[in-house]
Amino acid sequence: MIHNVLKRGRLGALFLLGMVLFNYPILSLFNRSILVFGIPLLYLFLFLVWLGFIALIALFSKTPRSLREQ
Amino acid sequence: MLETGTILLCAFGYVGLLFVIAWYGRKRADIGRSIISNPSIYALSLAVYCTAWTFYGSVGRAAQTGLGFLPTYIGPTLTAAVGGLVLRKIIRISKTHRITSIADFIASRYGKSARLGGTVSVIAVLAVLPYISLQLKAISTSFLLIKGYPKIAGPINFAEVPVLGDTAFYVALLLAVFAILFGTRHLDAAERHEGLVAAIAFESVVKLVAFVTVGAFVTFVMYDGFGDIFRQASAHSELRGIWTLPSGGYFNWMIQIFLSMVAVLVLPRQFQVTVVENVNEEHLNKALWLFPLYLFAINIFVLPIAFGGMMHFPDGSVEADTFVLSLPMTMHQEELALFAFLGGMSAATGMVIVETIAISTMICNDLVIPVLLRLQSPSQEVDKDLSHLLLNIRRGSIVMVLLLAYAYFRYVGEFYTLVSIGLVSFAAVAQFAPAILGGLFWRTANRKGALLGMIAGFAVWGYTLVLPSLVQAGLLSISFVTEGPYGVGWLRPFSLFGLQGLDHIAHAVFWSLLANVGIFITVSLFSETSTMEQTQAALFVDVFRYSGEVQRSSFWRGTASIPDLQSLLGRFLGSHRAQEALLEYGKQHNLKWDNEPAADVELVDWAEKLLAGAIGSASARVMVSSVVKEEPLGTEEIMDILDETRQVILYSRQLERTTAELKEANERLKELDRLKDDFISTVTHELRTPLTSVRSLAEILRDNPGLEITQQRQFTSIIIKESERLTRLISQVLDVQKIEAGRLEWRMAEVDMLDVVQDAVAATKRLMEDKQIHLNLRLPKSVPLIFGDADRLIQVLVNLLSNAVKFCPQQEGRIEVDLRVEAEGLRVSVKDNGPGISQEGQAIIFEKFRQVEDSRRGRPSGSGLGLAITRSIVEHHGGSIEVDSRPGAGSTFTFYLPRKGDGEKSLDKTRSQGDDGQQTG
Repeated sequence: MIHNVLKRGRLGALFLLGMVLFNYPILSLFNRSILVFGIPLLYLFLFLVWLGFIALIALFSKTPRSLREQ
Repeated sequence: MLETGTILLCAFGYVGLLFVIAWYGRKRADIGRSIISNPSIYALSLAVYCTAWTFYGSVGRAAQTGLGFLPTYIGPTLTAAVGGLVLRKIIRISKTHRITSIADFIASRYGKSARLGGTVSVIAVLAVLPYISLQLKAISTSFLLIKGYPKIAGPINFAEVPVLGDTAFYVALLLAVFAILFGTRHLDAAERHEGLVAAIAFESVVKLVAFVTVGAFVTFVMYDGFGDIFRQASAHSELRGIWTLPSGGYFNWMIQIFLSMVAVLVLPRQFQVTVVENVNEEHLNKALWLFPLYLFAINIFVLPIAFGGMMHFPDGSVEADTFVLSLPMTMHQEELALFAFLGGMSAATGMVIVETIAISTMICNDLVIPVLLRLQSPSQEVDKDLSHLLLNIRRGSIVMVLLLAYAYFRYVGEFYTLVSIGLVSFAAVAQFAPAILGGLFWRTANRKGALLGMIAGFAVWGYTLVLPSLVQAGLLSISFVTEGPYGVGWLRPFSLFGLQGLDHIAHAVFWSLLANVGIFITVSLFSETSTMEQTQAALFVDVFRYSGEVQRSSFWRGTASIPDLQSLLGRFLGSHRAQEALLEYGKQHNLKWDNEPAADVELVDWAEKLLAGAIGSASARVMVSSVVKEEPLGTEEIMDILDETRQVILYSRQLERTTAELKEANERLKELDRLKDDFISTVTHELRTPLTSVRSLAEILRDNPGLEITQQRQFTSIIIKESERLTRLISQVLDVQKIEAGRLEWRMAEVDMLDVVQDAVAATKRLMEDKQIHLNLRLPKSVPLIFGDADRLIQVLVNLLSNAVKFCPQQEGRIEVDLRVEAEGLRVSVKDNGPGISQEGQAIIFEKFRQVEDSRRGRPSGSGLGLAITRSIVEHHGGSIEVDSRPGAGSTFTFYLPRKGDGEKSLDKTRSQGDDGQQTG
């Protein structure tokens, strides 16, 4: 139960973080016509943040083994 | 050279493969060995979100706007983060109430309203038809394109292609057959379509692998990796231009993210795979990150393909929407081109199948059946079996939807690119979001608010997105868009009220949802809510509290006759399935149908849910109420029932706790009982010994009057001693009883512990002298006064001393009394050199009625109450007592008395003690 509340809180915070990172004005910081590692900066930023975001969902939504047996 | 025959063979062979997979999946489900019951397959089935729009359209969009395709996939990723909260709730509700479509969900939430369900269905059909047609268009276009291999045809004019010569037409027919075979097997739609899901999951794999393969080919074979593509692109200024977002485009971007966040929840096909086809709620956990990961994977190569295509076809002769196919073609990669074509097919067919099934369920349950029921009075033709009619309605609507979609693409849809039709569709289904999300978390939301909000939002959507398209089709004059209707400028559909700076989609989404949400909230707050709505609202909003506990979802008093119910079920499910279901129910509830006079509430409710799975909740309600003699309950009563249920749950939990406590108390009582028995035997023994001696001595004195005077005196003194012992024993028992009952009187006053020790020593002096015990007192000159009951404290010390005496050996006994002043109080210890107490003995020695037995000496004399009383007294003074002992090394009893309470005021008052603190007894 406590674990669920915590999980929901973490995922909710993650959602808010995503809303900030994927939108103006943060987006405008990276909205520059330059190549970084050979890739346009905005493209690189969005895809990296996206991948990180998915990894965090996976991390936060995992139920620890100790709780799974209950 | 790629033969047309080969392409056709592959296309139809692929659809044939889908049939085989679906058939296998269904067969496995029938024998109870599901192949789809795992989170990965579930996540793959969610990927039906990626349609031909994703497969072909994303590249087209990227070629125009750079990142413009991306919000559609970022949105669902954001939704996934909070999906655990929203989706889990929707799934739980739908399973509890046997909800099979989004129309039914909304209708059921707002009081099983047929009108609301119908409205949702109409909107869904209108929203989704163009979307389905876009898939068919993609199939048709890609076929015509690959047919010309390796030559890449220019824009296709469909007017030149006869309907009967169009592959997409036949594919549409095949998909209709597929949907009918695997989507409408039974009426009881709560039974999931496992074959369908298996096929959809397979399609998701095919489209992902195909797209990634093409992407890898373009990136690493045609070019030298990602960096190479962008480096080459940087030479073209128009390509560099789409590396960034237009600075005014952030709001459009945000609206599109928002739109797709919502769409992934409310699109009919997403509802179908996510909710209706969900096998296990727990699968959601893993799917919520696997699904976004899928979206990520299928999008990695969109930009490379777009840039590669634009550089490869610099003259713009090839539509960017077809790059995925035309790039392999122009590189003469026969197999790859064919694979890409099949990938596109899989994306399109998967969407078409699921969307068509979802829509046909809505059309049947929320449009056709309510009308049918209204046309014929329910009591008519009771025996007529409607189940076949129902199945045929569903089948008919599948065929109709596909034909309409095909017609739409042939005659209307040519004017649009893939993505724009998709987004228009998203904007329409987004109108469901306020009613659904509001209905999930906001109890006050009511039917009128939902209905009016949705209609308003839909109207605005039509005005801002659909009407202008009639201009493009030439049905309205261009001035409608540029000048506004009748020249009214602020009504211009692309800039309503003069709002500018947004693209058409964002503009429409903003105004339509504003109207929708505004009206939804306002009307809900200011209009009446019916009893039924309030009930459903409670059941939906608090589903986790009620599900599994509340068996009923309708509330009324009254009964129905069982044959009536059975024939009702028979009409809609077929008599065979109805019979089976009733038998199953009877088995579970131990009912013998012959003896049951009438169906009770629970049975009727079960029947209503069974029907709801087949014909939708609104119609099921109407049908059930036609055979039930019911008195509806008032809101108050319903809330009472819900509350009662909640109370019952609460009570049952309390009951469990209380039972456990009682059990424990009972154990304790039993133990006490045993101890009491022991105690009584001890006490009676202890009482009898002095009594016997008193009596026998008294008899001797009576029978022998001539006894010598010295002997007489000796006897009488024994009698007195024994009587004293008796008195002491009895007063101890009384003390215990008083302490237990809290009735002991305490005479609290300032006490000098030195006095207490002296008095106690004096009281036990005789005992010690009798056994010739050496007493050593270590007392300070003076001690702070404490606040306590002097008599009781003397009793404590006497108890400890007489205990020590009792266990000390004859003649060599040594007892040491030590009184020490500590920072917070006084510590008194009494040490003897007796046999000591074992570890186990120390643990229980202070308990009542306990005596430590010594194997050599047997049971010690005494009541077993002394130490218990001692401890009670010490604890009453706020102190503590403990024992330190080792067998063979004597025992030390130490008690500690704090200087606190009222005693503090006399802390500094000390009394000097005259003698040197050493005394020998």
